[in-house]
Amino acid sequence: MKHLQSKDLLGIKHLASGEIELILETAATMKHILSAPTKKTAHLQGKSIICFFLENSTRTRLSFELAAKYLGATSSNISGSGSSVAKGENLYDTAKTIDMMGTDMLIMRHPQSGAHEFIADKVSASIINAGDGMHEHPTQALLDAFTMKEEKGQIEGLKVAIAGDILHSRVVRSNIWTLTKLGAEVRVTGPATMLPRLIEQTPAIVCHDVKEACYEADVIMGLRVQLERQQAALFPSIREYARFFAIDEAVLKLAKPDAIIMHPGPCNHGVEMPTYIHEHERSVIHDQVMNGVAVRMAVLYLLNARRNLQ
Amino acid sequence: MIKQTTLHIKNIRIIDPYTDRDTTGEIKVEDGVFVEEFTQDIERTIDGRGLIAFPGLIDAHAHLREPGEEYKEDIISGTRSAAKGGITKICTMPNTKPVCDDPTLIRYQIDQAENHGFASVLPLGALTKGQKGLELAEIGLMAEAGAVGFSDDGQPVATADMMQKGMRYAAMFDRVVASHCEDPSLAKGGVMNEGYVSTELGLRGIPSTAEDIMVAREIALAEYHDLPVHICHVSTARAVSMIRQAKREGIKVSAETCPQYFSLTEEAVYGYNTHAKCNPPLRTEADRQAIIAGLKDDTIDIIASDHAPHHEDEKDLEFSLANNGMIGFETLWPLSFTELVQPGHLSLMAALKKLTLEPAKCYHQATAGIQPGQPADLVIFDPEAETIYRVKESLSKSRNSPFDGQALSGEILMTLWKGRISYDKLR
Repeated sequence: MKHLQSKDLLGIKHLASGEIELILETAATMKHILSAPTKKTAHLQGKSIICFFLENSTRTRLSFELAAKYLGATSSNISGSGSSVAKGENLYDTAKTIDMMGTDMLIMRHPQSGAHEFIADKVSASIINAGDGMHEHPTQALLDAFTMKEEKGQIEGLKVAIAGDILHSRVVRSNIWTLTKLGAEVRVTGPATMLPRLIEQTPAIVCHDVKEACYEADVIMGLRVQLERQQAALFPSIREYARFFAIDEAVLKLAKPDAIIMHPGPCNHGVEMPTYIHEHERSVIHDQVMNGVAVRMAVLYLLNARRNLQ
Repeated sequence: MIKQTTLHIKNIRIIDPYTDRDTTGEIKVEDGVFVEEFTQDIERTIDGRGLIAFPGLIDAHAHLREPGEEYKEDIISGTRSAAKGGITKICTMPNTKPVCDDPTLIRYQIDQAENHGFASVLPLGALTKGQKGLELAEIGLMAEAGAVGFSDDGQPVATADMMQKGMRYAAMFDRVVASHCEDPSLAKGGVMNEGYVSTELGLRGIPSTAEDIMVAREIALAEYHDLPVHICHVSTARAVSMIRQAKREGIKVSAETCPQYFSLTEEAVYGYNTHAKCNPPLRTEADRQAIIAGLKDDTIDIIASDHAPHHEDEKDLEFSLANNGMIGFETLWPLSFTELVQPGHLSLMAALKKLTLEPAKCYHQATAGIQPGQPADLVIFDPEAETIYRVKESLSKSRNSPFDGQALSGEILMTLWKGRISYDKLR
């Protein structure tokens, strides 16, 4: 496959496996640019890219902005507070306003699931989903897959364990689609109160506990647990969560000897995993961050190529 | 006010669920009522060959938005749309702004429809003041003013104690309480059915248990007090089976469902389609099949529209922010005919009973049917027509329907309301 099919990247669910592979292959090229002494290229010269984030973000937002800059695009940032969103302007009007300023690509994070689908066909800019509610976070899953491929050579046949708050996680939903489309086995686990209804009807395998999920695993991924969920009675306490769901040395021993440790960040140290696991020699958490820039460069590059086809 | 006509319909198949009559013959209308013989000149004659006449439909559950939200709908536009759907009486829910918890508002809604509308309004009053669930509303005064029943529709009565007090108090005035069954603690924050689709789309779910638990409560209260209760817009398989069992045991429970619950499932939400967002939410295929089974064995007595108009600014939004509900007057009978009668789930007579006799019994309306001297509420229907529903052609002020573009069998050609032509496609 040479081109992406859609002008937008709204999620992984509707991507063909060939499109995912194209992004991962392109990201490998982009990673060379990142590692070069001079990071500037001209691939997106003259293109205008806006990062519109309605939720807090360090990694995703900065990596998108840097990806745009490394490719030579003009990029700007806008957030909820300080923009007309805070005055109550609706999403359509805000997106249309951004669109009418010569924007080629609009990278958005939004608290509502489906917000990107809602505006995608209403604007001419390419919409890139940087996270929508509990729905999808496609570039996170793509950078996760890229990291796994880099470490393991291929995705097909890998056993990937994902532990934590499955219910609220857009990362896990995008990862289920990405990894299973590429032939991996995805196992999910978390407190029963944090498993969404009929998650077993997705291609993921639901495991009773973290030990079962991590048995013979090639990849172990912790998911952020939002501490305020405890107040919503989804789990009794931090220490009880950690006792039953943290990825620790004992859990790691059950996995394959060369299993890698991942986390999308930001991590609650001592909750999803203790710090020594986070910084373990088999942890690739810091590599994920660098790969995030490469993958986002690839997405911007390929969507721009798709726009040039029109 | 539209004027009464003198109308002669010849050679028409007459289906009258009130009298179990299915014959071919003629219908004469004069001075607002059916007559044996005309005493005046006939203004209009219709050849009814190939067509069906049946009594005006009663929609047991609708929202007309007046007073307070006339930008969505008002009594004139709403009754006009209802007339196009063959409806001559509309039971309205009290969640207007202000809430219809006062006899003056009851009287206003009735009079506005009678004097300026195209169908009768049979208002339900709020069960509790402001639908807040804290104090009983003035049920007696509202009954006296013409309220046909009581409900806190949309705002479920959270405590069983308030519900039983409402049932007991309303029964003094021979009025039924209609319950929107939704356990608030389970439904909290939900925007669609909790199931595979909500998991995939990352939307907060409303579990079927939210409805089931409150249906169980209402049945228990109805049995304990030996009083009637009406379950609104049933959407779950478990609710159907509980109501079926309760009826077998002689508990005085009646139930309604709506076309969306026997025509659509949660899959209609894919693409974050806010027109498919309603409360209760569209459920699963198993639920849809159970609803059809419940209609077939009369566990579910009534088919109502739950006509819930909303402005496009309240629907063309991110899914979670959009309002619940869909317009439904003009698709109520066509969907019932297309989805239930055509596939053979219900006979024409059985389907029409759920839109005439059964709501009439629930809300104490006349059940004489097409008889000399009775008000001439009548529909002329072409069962052979094939149409495409176009929501932009709706007479409602709102356009929120998931059925836009849907192929429908049969077409309503004329509606008579008290001998007045309230809808006319024949001319």
